[in-house]
Amino acid sequence: MKKLLNNWIVQVLLFLSLLGLTAYGSQMINDIIPPYLLMIAFFIGINLIMALGLNLITGVTGQLSLGHAAFMSIGAYSSAIATVNFDLPFLLGVLIGGLIASVFGVIIGFPTLRLTGDYLAISTLGFAEIVRVQFTNMKITNGAIGFLGIEGSTTFPIVMTIAVLMICLMVWLENSRNGRAMLAIREDEVASSAVGINTTLYKIQAFAIGAFCAGVGGALFAHTTTFIQPTDFGFQKSVDILSIVVLGGLGSIPGTIIGAIVLTAAPEILRPLSNYRMIVYGLLLVVIMIFRPYGLMGGVNLRQAVRRAMMFPKKKQAGREE
Amino acid sequence: MLTLEKINVSYGSIRALHGISLEVKKGEIVALIGANGAGKSTTLRTISGLLKPSNKDSRITFKDVQIQGMLPHKIVEMGLSHVPEGRRVFPEMSVYENLLMGAHSRKGKPGQADFDRVYHHFPRLKERIKQLAGTLSGGEQQMLAMGRALMARPDLLILDEPSMGLAPMLVEEIFHIIEDINVAGTTILLVEQNAHLALEISNRAYVLETGEIVLEGLAQDLATNEDIRKSYLGE
Repeated sequence: MKKLLNNWIVQVLLFLSLLGLTAYGSQMINDIIPPYLLMIAFFIGINLIMALGLNLITGVTGQLSLGHAAFMSIGAYSSAIATVNFDLPFLLGVLIGGLIASVFGVIIGFPTLRLTGDYLAISTLGFAEIVRVQFTNMKITNGAIGFLGIEGSTTFPIVMTIAVLMICLMVWLENSRNGRAMLAIREDEVASSAVGINTTLYKIQAFAIGAFCAGVGGALFAHTTTFIQPTDFGFQKSVDILSIVVLGGLGSIPGTIIGAIVLTAAPEILRPLSNYRMIVYGLLLVVIMIFRPYGLMGGVNLRQAVRRAMMFPKKKQAGREE
Repeated sequence: MLTLEKINVSYGSIRALHGISLEVKKGEIVALIGANGAGKSTTLRTISGLLKPSNKDSRITFKDVQIQGMLPHKIVEMGLSHVPEGRRVFPEMSVYENLLMGAHSRKGKPGQADFDRVYHHFPRLKERIKQLAGTLSGGEQQMLAMGRALMARPDLLILDEPSMGLAPMLVEEIFHIIEDINVAGTTILLVEQNAHLALEISNRAYVLETGEIVLEGLAQDLATNEDIRKSYLGE
């Protein structure tokens, strides 16, 4: 079984069938559930895609970034311009959004490389503000009035398929040489250079891939809401995505998935509380962080947990019988 | 194998090193001894590219190549590994993953032979292979840090305070292993506060005081030197 799973042909087949299943399954869901729930599911998927990108930058590589909304807005606007002004097909627009955001990820990555922790956070925050103000004052983005007339081309199967694609990419990256190098940089940057890791290269890589995810998420967002304005991508948005990553558990992919589901659904579930909604939402965050300070899935090695769950029940039962 | 000429290093306006020159020949163990703040770690960090000399006429040559100004990872690729002060293992990674990271600079995957070489010197690491590095004892972490550096198959290993914070018994063990590694063909440059032990295993030594080399010579000569005995061996 293990040997079979290590065969790359088997892996590719598994991967393709997973994508097919996702597309088919989400199409079914798309037809069944009411539009309101579907909208929530849409945003869970989009937030997940963006959070996976930030998880790579902040969770895996350890570079605290407060400017994720900037990459999202770059993806959103450039894909909107691509599909509306240049009449390009929707999926190409999404790809363009991701790539342009990625280019900006590299650009912001370079000057801020010497910074770490709080200082990096502040400079990415500054970058995000510059981007937002720039979009407010550009003609092609229609400034503060907002960009109108984007086609609502995003469908639920597309969001879900891209989300699964991103998850697979992240899992693969995590177990690759590059992923381990990124993790080592988070663990100890000096030791990383001492063992011969090119810290600059991997930090830039993390920013590029993370920004790509945000750009794709932004592009899907633009083609879901059909209308975007600079205020959609403020500081609050960056914090929202960061909360998903931190609450799920820094560096944990399952954590990011759970975080995206919980934090996107919570405001909607709490809607009956009307005015008290955000208070309870805030309380929820505080309570989770008190009881799970490393995030919901922080410090949980899923593979080990599954192995333990599969191997030990018999022993435990034997112990109980004594 | 390694030569330093007239190295000056400054932290801002504070000069840490004034014109350090030293040499390490192939197959040697060379010790760098001195008190706190003498500039020992600064010297090592400059060699491995983590710090840059502030003067232009300085020269660092490794295997007849100028390595001054090269990026740290390039220097590791050339065969110079640095075990930094305070061990600095990757705490959330297993012992195995830590060792794997050590081989990062080499092209291709490390073979079983590389792991066996590390296990040969540090049998205890083999027992702990799946354990998270952060849960190891101080001595085991030191062994892991050295093992990790060996995974890069270095020709020159530079060690920063391998005895720091360890029990005397363990310090002896670590020093025996350093000798073994040297016998197996790796040249060693060693920084140590425990001058007594350092002089015991090394061929030659340099004494550093406030950023300058004040004395150099064969280790056994230094060990019998009156001044050294007074200042560093506590006699």
